[in-house]
Amino acid sequence: MSPHIVLRVGAKVLIPVILLFALYIQFHGEYSPGGGFQAGIIFAAALVLYTLIFGLDAVQRAVPPVAVHLLSAVGALLYIGVGVWAMFAGGNFLEYKVLAADPHLGETMGIILIELGVGITVGAVVISLFYSFAGRTREQEN
Amino acid sequence: MLMGIFSLLAASLYVLLDAVDVALTEAAVGAGVSIILMLGALVLTTSEEKVHDAKHNLLALVVVLITGGALIYGTMDMPNFADPQAPAHQHVAPRYVQDSVDEIGIPNMVTSVLASYRGLDTLGEVLVIFSAGVAVLLLLGAGTYRRRPRPPRKRTK
Amino acid sequence: MEWLGLFNYWVVVVLMMTGFYVVIAQGNLIKKIVGLNIFQTSVFIFYISLSKLEGGTAPIYVEGITAYSNPLPHVLILTAIVVGVALTAVGLALAVRIHEAYGSIEEDEIQAQDEEDARNT
Repeated sequence: MSPHIVLRVGAKVLIPVILLFALYIQFHGEYSPGGGFQAGIIFAAALVLYTLIFGLDAVQRAVPPVAVHLLSAVGALLYIGVGVWAMFAGGNFLEYKVLAADPHLGETMGIILIELGVGITVGAVVISLFYSFAGRTREQEN
Repeated sequence: MLMGIFSLLAASLYVLLDAVDVALTEAAVGAGVSIILMLGALVLTTSEEKVHDAKHNLLALVVVLITGGALIYGTMDMPNFADPQAPAHQHVAPRYVQDSVDEIGIPNMVTSVLASYRGLDTLGEVLVIFSAGVAVLLLLGAGTYRRRPRPPRKRTK
Repeated sequence: MEWLGLFNYWVVVVLMMTGFYVVIAQGNLIKKIVGLNIFQTSVFIFYISLSKLEGGTAPIYVEGITAYSNPLPHVLILTAIVVGVALTAVGLALAVRIHEAYGSIEEDEIQAQDEEDARNT
């Protein structure tokens, strides 16, 4: 166990706040600065902080690499899926206003869904980049 | 460390230039992620550099000065800073600013341009990021299982 | 005083040339990537300074304000920053693999090894 008790307690206080802030940035992006790109990166930064203090094994037990790789594809597919859904609803690719009876509601719904897709992909890809570099370092040390 | 300060300064500059979304992104990327990746790469390679001779650098300096001079000469024809008559403010921007709130129904114009007007563009960017993630996975492995270190490259005699 | 209005472009040119110098003068691959990052930031500042409007405010709709900065460059740069960090990671990963294969990330040493290989085959 790491002897740095101040770091461990500080990180335990900070990480939930960072994750919550990432979700706020994600879902409040229509009204204030923010959106999927920023939220994904902040989410990944919280996991990077966790890794720096508790080690790669601990974070990979919480967020397995297979899940990260799957999620990075799921985000992109969610984005494309919304586009195709708009096509089936009678509009063009990514034309959100046909998604609901009220055009404003449709636009807002489409934007929230694709921002969610962007956030999932960006967050998962950044975590996967970090796992690759950190895992390589661990291999070299052994 | 210096790169972190550089990113923070860039983010502050973006706030001053009214680009709050961009500033948020730059702050998150510069402070959180890119430094960690850079440090990881330095651990995996080497943090020491070979000393170079000065002649090579002098040539580079001359090339840089000529290019920079040409670019500065080119700026003489550019519109002044924050000029409302600049071409960048004439074409599509007024439409986004005036109509996006009525058409999309959300107040943040950056989000509505990003996700709705230029949705296909953003889809492309997301796919680029996804491909970059796949490329790093192919180059460095997933970091999940331990392999024996690779033997040094065999020279073909 | 007319020329002071072009000050933002000069800042961009100086930053861009700093990055350019690092890219062509340094033989170290990691330093080249740092140089590319500086170059990239200068392009971001160029776009963002173009989008600034005299008397305008951040492009989030508020009742009673009509002048906003141009949101389009913000969108382009917002995505470019994230794509930039992903591509930086690809470049660093390539540098790591080059170091594993050649034992060096200095450009001239790598080239010397390649030439030696070519002579021996």
